[in-house]
Amino acid sequence: MIKIKKLIHDYLRRDEEGNVQETVRAVDGVDMTVKPGEFIVILGHNGCGKSTLAKHLNALLNPTEGEVWVDGMNTADESKIWDIRQRAGMVFQNPDNQIIAQVVEEDVGFGPENMGVEPAEIWERVEESLKSLNMYEFRKKSPNRLSGGQKQRVCIAGVIAMHPKCIIMDEPTAMLDPSGRKEVIRAARGLNHVEGITVILITHYMEEAIYADRIFVMDQGKVVMSGSPHEVFGRVEELQSLKLDVPQVTLLAHELRKKGLGIRPDILTKEELAEALLGAAGSGH
Amino acid sequence: MGLKLENVTYTYETGTAMQVTALEGVSAEIPDDRFIGLIGHTGSGKSTLVQMLNGLLKPSSGHIYYNGEDIHGEGFDKKKLRSKVGLVFQYPEHQLFEETVLADVMFGPRNLGLTEEECRKRAVEALRHVGMEERFFEQSPFDLSGGQKRRAAIAGVLAMRPEILILDEPTAGLDPRGRDEILGLITDMKRQLHMTILLVSHSMDDVARYADRIMVMRRGKLVYNDVPLEIFKHSAELEEMGLSAPQITYIMEYLQARGLQVRADLLTVEEAAAEILKHRGELHV
Repeated sequence: MIKIKKLIHDYLRRDEEGNVQETVRAVDGVDMTVKPGEFIVILGHNGCGKSTLAKHLNALLNPTEGEVWVDGMNTADESKIWDIRQRAGMVFQNPDNQIIAQVVEEDVGFGPENMGVEPAEIWERVEESLKSLNMYEFRKKSPNRLSGGQKQRVCIAGVIAMHPKCIIMDEPTAMLDPSGRKEVIRAARGLNHVEGITVILITHYMEEAIYADRIFVMDQGKVVMSGSPHEVFGRVEELQSLKLDVPQVTLLAHELRKKGLGIRPDILTKEELAEALLGAAGSGH
Repeated sequence: MGLKLENVTYTYETGTAMQVTALEGVSAEIPDDRFIGLIGHTGSGKSTLVQMLNGLLKPSSGHIYYNGEDIHGEGFDKKKLRSKVGLVFQYPEHQLFEETVLADVMFGPRNLGLTEEECRKRAVEALRHVGMEERFFEQSPFDLSGGQKRRAAIAGVLAMRPEILILDEPTAGLDPRGRDEILGLITDMKRQLHMTILLVSHSMDDVARYADRIMVMRRGKLVYNDVPLEIFKHSAELEEMGLSAPQITYIMEYLQARGLQVRADLLTVEEAAAEILKHRGELHV
């Protein structure tokens, strides 16, 4: 679905005359392959390069060096830009900056309309995508009257209506409260499971990462860790040295191991912890 | 003495079809030198309550007392109240506007009618308290990173030397490192300056770690006002309000349900590990 080869991205800072003052390397030699239908999470701090990377995936940025391929198309090929953006849709942090229409269903229809889809089909797509995000009952409402989680689901519906193969979500939950966060993540998982859409979720909330097929951890423009959630979260001390959060249950298991209990290092859920501590004996309850 | 709320009620758009009761019969005391967490779902009335406390909104009924004086009473100096009860809004960096960081922080003290020298002294002191290095003082606040901008904005309120500092979701949108830095900073300021902190937050994990008292709002009412350990005994009720207890509480409750007789009223990973190890004999490891 996505293939990134040795991607480098430099931001140039210019002075008033337009001379290059400073070069900041935001992405520094990233290789990444994403298969169709995968749920990928990219973790890392602000400034680690994850958003820059995301913008390459739908050709909002072009590589300084290296290549990005989306569904067989090179993002450097300008004639393919609109195809790429339709194939790989993007959802950003602040829903208020992404909603343009006065009525939910019009907002969702905006994307397909721009693509030149026939009006009858636009309405079909609007209905189908609002239903898949459980937002159909709000279709006649003004987006202003919705909660943050609902607004963000409208944004996702707008992307889905363009029938993408892949959705890139750049910290879609950062400005939401806990229930809004759950709504959005549930929606993203649903689209991945039910519709088979490839999801690339950029976040710094670890509890959103434990359901991923694979996690990439970025630091200073490089991928520093990658693997399944169990593989990545098993490396507690490395994550802590990057000042990333680790799920509390993983920390607790880690603490118990330090105190001499012989349990697995890669525990991610309370169920796994109970099984490790109590074995099958506890499962009868 | 601190602040005292007595049966405070507030309605928005009173007398219209859009009338909303944002606060209903709230009574509480906020004594000196405390760290209080104010928690509630979006729309529960937290922000309304906070705006009451420094006189930005006037109760529809009920009274608010500062050091025993009714803040809406005749002859009460509201300007003084606003310098003593400092309010840091959500995303405070959006309110930076001056040409330099130092000038921005001096804006508040200048409004108090202090001498230029005194304003500068307070601003420098406030910037030191938020850990801002001197080399940033003469820079444009718009060239700072997100976390630094937020610090500069907090310094602006701190320079007024408030006795009570209210922060409305000061960690919203920050990554885990930025969040830990801001919360650490607030704790240090509290320790050094002995002011009362009122921290508005969605995150129980953050509040559990720092607050010595927690107020929980629901649909305009204050439903709990107690020490953290007592609050977290109501994890099911919190869940129902769209809130949650700290992750550790859930882990320990789950172990209990699976038959391990551990206590669940614990707040940290270390305490939880020690508690589990007390039951080592019952473990299957």
